[in-house]
Amino acid sequence: MSINWMSYCPSGLHDELIGPGGGARAAGRALIRHLSELGCAEIGVRQQAADLAIKVMGVTFTVYHQEEGSIDRAWPLDIIPRIISSKEWHRIAAGLKQRVAALNHFINDVYHAQRIVKDGVFPLEIIASSKNFRPHCVGINPPQGVWAHICGTDLVRDKDGTVYVLEDNLRVPSGVSYMIENRQVVKRVLPELFENTAIQAVDDYPTQLHDMLESLSPRREGMPEIVVLTPGIYNSAYFEHSFLARQMGCELVEGRDLAVQDDCVFMQTIHGWKRVDVIYRRIDDDFLDPESFRTDSTLGIPGLMRAWAKGNVALANAPGAGVADDKLVYTYVPDMIRYYLKEDPILPNVPSWRCSEPKELDHVLQHLDSLVVKPVDGSGGYGMLMGPASTQRERSQFAIQLKAAPRNFIAQPVIQLSTVPTFVDDRIEPRHVDLRPFILSGPKTYVTTGGLTRVALREGSLVVNSSQGGGSKDTWIVDTEA
Amino acid sequence: MLSRMAENVYWLARYLERAENTARLVNVNTNLLLDLPLEYRTGWQPLIDITGSRALFDRSEKRAEERDIVHFLIADLENPGSILASVRSARENARTLRDVLPNEVWEHLNELFMQIKEELPGGLNKRTRFKFLQRIIRGMQTLTGELEGTMSRSDAFTLLMLGRNLERTDMTSRIIDVRSAQRLPADSPEFATFDTLQWLNLLKSLSGYQMYRLSQRTRVSRSAVLDFVLRDAHFPRACLFCLKEVEQFLRALPRSDAVLFSLAGVRAFLDDAALETLDQPGLHELLDRLQLHLIVVHEGIAEAYFPPRAPSAQSQVQSSVADVKKAPVTAGHPAKHSPAATSR
Repeated sequence: MSINWMSYCPSGLHDELIGPGGGARAAGRALIRHLSELGCAEIGVRQQAADLAIKVMGVTFTVYHQEEGSIDRAWPLDIIPRIISSKEWHRIAAGLKQRVAALNHFINDVYHAQRIVKDGVFPLEIIASSKNFRPHCVGINPPQGVWAHICGTDLVRDKDGTVYVLEDNLRVPSGVSYMIENRQVVKRVLPELFENTAIQAVDDYPTQLHDMLESLSPRREGMPEIVVLTPGIYNSAYFEHSFLARQMGCELVEGRDLAVQDDCVFMQTIHGWKRVDVIYRRIDDDFLDPESFRTDSTLGIPGLMRAWAKGNVALANAPGAGVADDKLVYTYVPDMIRYYLKEDPILPNVPSWRCSEPKELDHVLQHLDSLVVKPVDGSGGYGMLMGPASTQRERSQFAIQLKAAPRNFIAQPVIQLSTVPTFVDDRIEPRHVDLRPFILSGPKTYVTTGGLTRVALREGSLVVNSSQGGGSKDTWIVDTEA
Repeated sequence: MLSRMAENVYWLARYLERAENTARLVNVNTNLLLDLPLEYRTGWQPLIDITGSRALFDRSEKRAEERDIVHFLIADLENPGSILASVRSARENARTLRDVLPNEVWEHLNELFMQIKEELPGGLNKRTRFKFLQRIIRGMQTLTGELEGTMSRSDAFTLLMLGRNLERTDMTSRIIDVRSAQRLPADSPEFATFDTLQWLNLLKSLSGYQMYRLSQRTRVSRSAVLDFVLRDAHFPRACLFCLKEVEQFLRALPRSDAVLFSLAGVRAFLDDAALETLDQPGLHELLDRLQLHLIVVHEGIAEAYFPPRAPSAQSQVQSSVADVKKAPVTAGHPAKHSPAATSR
């Protein structure tokens, strides 16, 4: 069955591969031609091969199941890639580097002199009322002044083609392993495309991550002992924790493997206790150290914060980095870029209303039916109001919440996420996507080539989270000049 | 290597070996039963005791007949020693070990689990059972080969070999026990023929008939077979061979003196056994005591290399000496962690 691209194009939306006239965009021309040659039936065969490869490779995200133990649900991948031209990517990567640099300046400033507050650029109340501000971190100097070593920034493209930053994930962002595995799978099932197209590689990430982590080691002599700290096998991102440990050749530890003595961290091995220098932790601040944070945490290591504060162990990301992972703080990032870097922001924020400011709250309350209202510390699409899809009753209930705690919400216009051709029910249809690139900050800043493209598999849906029926795509950065 | 990982890799090997040998166990019983005169057929009940799962079986709704017992041994996820449960446990452990295991081992184990689940009905059907079990044994042998052929001789490999050889010793003793459960009267006219046939079947179930022939160069006899499967130094499924392997790998580890000492005790016990004069109950008694010795070795390894057990788990494991004696040692599953700390 041939593919009729003329009837494909979604009206009023921006498609990443197909232009308004039904023709392929420059960067996607080779792919579209190839897909047309294959036809739907053959694409279906390739998709099945990809599904099988994912099952056998054990690429999963974890769900706990009574009968099966902790089962891994197969990672959903749609084989039709999302393509970005290298020229555009170059600009986006620069924007991401700029943004993360400003965020790291900000976090360091928050835990030290708070110049940005004194200079009237950022209000003190926001820090004072932040759930992720950690008083334990005040005055601490992590190596290189970097707090958010690993950042996952979500990007979306609106119908006019503009790329916006939707949010910055500075705590324990996940997804990078799937970016790498997606590429492995797509290479297996569409090898002929890789022969004829210059697609930039993505598998450099673990090496870059390892180098960055190594640079944080407090001990200068010998090989630093780097570990990945996981909450355990039942965590939804366990696959990724294990993947990264494996790729970097370091131990995957749980809290119970570690102990603190004389303010140094040790792990229990069959040869006895061994000193640990750098911990890439995939546990939230709250659970990291029962002496400092949640006392009921069984995942953490008592005394870890002391060891970190004394500089005897490096933590990535640093505790307290989450203070900038707050959607109200997000609204100030363009100001931070101007303030700390004296530059104009390269990537715009999605226009946002701060409900903490009375005038803006009024505007939001009057336009609830056309806005998206989001909790500032939420993720995964939970706890928000989708104005255009809401009922009068839902809006009036939400308004009560909003007035009671305006600090906890921001509002944004609905972004009509761009689409990518996706193989659904033996046909190719447009589905909405976002993009999560990962940025590493150390002695140098590194941005992944592309990132993880998440796709909402249900028709018309804007929800891309894998916990809510989202899938994923391989992301290609392609040179169009070649 | 992390102590916790050491425990996991050790158990991974035990579970794999247990799955393979449970398949052998079911195979040998099937064959033995078919050859026996009807009036002496002991049925499937002895396998419940031999696998140390009497209490568990009696608690279940299952009836003591072939269909239910075979299901219990092959497919029952409630029975931690069943083939399916063992492979599942092996896979769960392997999931925590993906950084130390060769990737193809993980992929293969993953495939094997899915394959066994799919082919279960074939295992329950008498006609196709042999083929089903054969495929499992082959699959496990392939895994063993992949580990041998692609894994560095690291601490992880050492722990793997300890687990495999201890479990193999234990399971070989249990497979011999199937034979001791048969009480054919020695004065019956059929005795001589059937007795020989039965020992031959036992050797075959351990893939040991040919090797027995090469080493013993004599007709199949009870005491020669027992000597071979318990005390041969060259056949890789014989108890003594396995124990020698355990010893050799233990020497590669630090702080192994205490375990080596108890291991020497097991070897002396095997050496001293008067196999020629043992009657069937005496043989059963010997195998029981051998299994107890192996538990002591296991506990020595756990003490030296694994993370300390949580107090509650300890009391559970040690609750009754009788249980410990009979039940195969089973690892505690890791406690479920708080889902609240999930990353995004």
